[in-house]
Amino acid sequence: MRPELLERAARKALDAVFDPELDEPITDLGFVRSLQATADGVVTAHLRLPTSFCAPNFAYLMASDAKDVLRALPDVTDVVVVLDDHHDSELINCGLAADAGYRGTFPHEAEDDLEQLRLTFRRKAHAAAMERSLGLLLKESPELTEEDLHEVTIADLPDVPTTRSLLQRRHALGLSIAPSAQVLVNDHGNPCSREEVPLRLRFARAIRISIEGNAHFCRGLLRTRYPESATDQLKENAS
Amino acid sequence: MYRKDGENYFIVDAHIALWDARPENQLNIHGKQFIDCFYDYHRNLSPESELWSYEEYLYYGGERLMRDLFTDGYVDHAIFQPAHLGAFYRNGFGQTEEAFALAQRYPDKLTYNHCWDPRFEQAGLDQLRRDAERFSLKGVKLYTAEWQGDSRGYRLDDPWTYRYLEACQELGIRNIHIHKGPTIRPLDRDAFDVADVDKAATDFPELNFVVEHCGLPRLEDFCWIATQEPNVHAGLAVAMPFIHTRPRYFAQIIGELLYWLDEDRIQFSSDYALWTPKWLVERFVDFQIPADMTEYAPITVSQKKKILGLNAAAMYGIEVPEGLGLAEQAVA
Repeated sequence: MRPELLERAARKALDAVFDPELDEPITDLGFVRSLQATADGVVTAHLRLPTSFCAPNFAYLMASDAKDVLRALPDVTDVVVVLDDHHDSELINCGLAADAGYRGTFPHEAEDDLEQLRLTFRRKAHAAAMERSLGLLLKESPELTEEDLHEVTIADLPDVPTTRSLLQRRHALGLSIAPSAQVLVNDHGNPCSREEVPLRLRFARAIRISIEGNAHFCRGLLRTRYPESATDQLKENAS
Repeated sequence: MYRKDGENYFIVDAHIALWDARPENQLNIHGKQFIDCFYDYHRNLSPESELWSYEEYLYYGGERLMRDLFTDGYVDHAIFQPAHLGAFYRNGFGQTEEAFALAQRYPDKLTYNHCWDPRFEQAGLDQLRRDAERFSLKGVKLYTAEWQGDSRGYRLDDPWTYRYLEACQELGIRNIHIHKGPTIRPLDRDAFDVADVDKAATDFPELNFVVEHCGLPRLEDFCWIATQEPNVHAGLAVAMPFIHTRPRYFAQIIGELLYWLDEDRIQFSSDYALWTPKWLVERFVDFQIPADMTEYAPITVSQKKKILGLNAAAMYGIEVPEGLGLAEQAVA
């Protein structure tokens, strides 16, 4: 494949790599500094983050996810992912090059793998998406009370990006996406009682505010640190 | 004191620093990265008129601190919350001797809080007793993300930390400020987890735990804990400047804190010299929850007075001059 075609495919593939905390693709966030492909199928990606001190576990997670999706592309013979300007760049880049895994990269600290962390943030992303969908419904149907949201099913949601995003988050967590499934559920996919709905909604709102605020802050910091990243940050969250 | 529209506000800046990040004090590349990160925060969230040069930002000294806080910044009392960062800076980041000397010179204006690190075990515990006496400590600032050798941090519920907290209780150091913000914490755990505060707050009910940066980037986790633990407080360091870049987000933060906690457990701070207090105080007094955010009640003048100074004054036993408190408090 021609290098420029491979680079285009690689960038598209990286859309599937999310910052777990901000719940947005690393491409939209401007975290992909550069992408290069050679004629013999070697793809090199440089990643950058908003500060030198961004949590190394998240940094490792995104970088290794990036390596995985790039390696899965047809015609790719080798992948090099490099994290630039991080306090643990050297360690992380060595670990990535050797496919050492998270534990192999940070043997002196890492007790657990990253899967639990990933699950925590998938749950948060789901709660935020659920609140966004139900909030929209409340706004458009003034006759609904918060408690009434207890009965709302996926079939009741309009076919808009907010709903599609919720379905994706449910799918990622293994929750039902059947039209008859209740929308307002807990982290494990179980509906709560009618009385508990306002509290669950309220907490989900705090989660959404947190995620959106962090995303705004990280985007701003990245632009402060790397002014040229502004052009990469195309889809700023409007909230 | 700040006066606006006939109202007087007693201002306590509950989280300030006197740091030295000049190259000669940097121990390694991380010292530079750390101050560069702070400077990016400063550049990203400050109004253009309030921007400092990088050189000024590396070190500003006591005289400038006094001017920025007390002459220009309306602050009545400020509390040092030093981060040591001995793995990054030769003589530490927060300047203990300089800050303490300043606090001795202006005891009515400055309170010096010190820091400790449980990984120094018994030797650190002995040092804490000496420090408590020398500095007359009422509070400490814990930077749980501090590096030490191979360790990238500690937790509040570690056994040695508990021994230090027991000593604090015994020595009358009642106010425990914990940095829980964007951090560089242990790699094997969620880097911003506030769960350890939950445990410590339950086990040390006589101590106040002020979570600096109110748990951002995990506001919801912090709120959930603070709802259940009455001795957990929110420090607004780093949250305050969003009032400029992102007023609606700031409204959400304040709205959520007032909902999940209450108006008595939120403290103003500029996080000086990340930001100067003058513009933050002015903006906060003028601030109101946007009318279309009907999910939050409007913020009242008395809530603002509590947040800007009266809450921290009560926690630290700082005397509030007559007429600067709340009317109902004067009666009580």
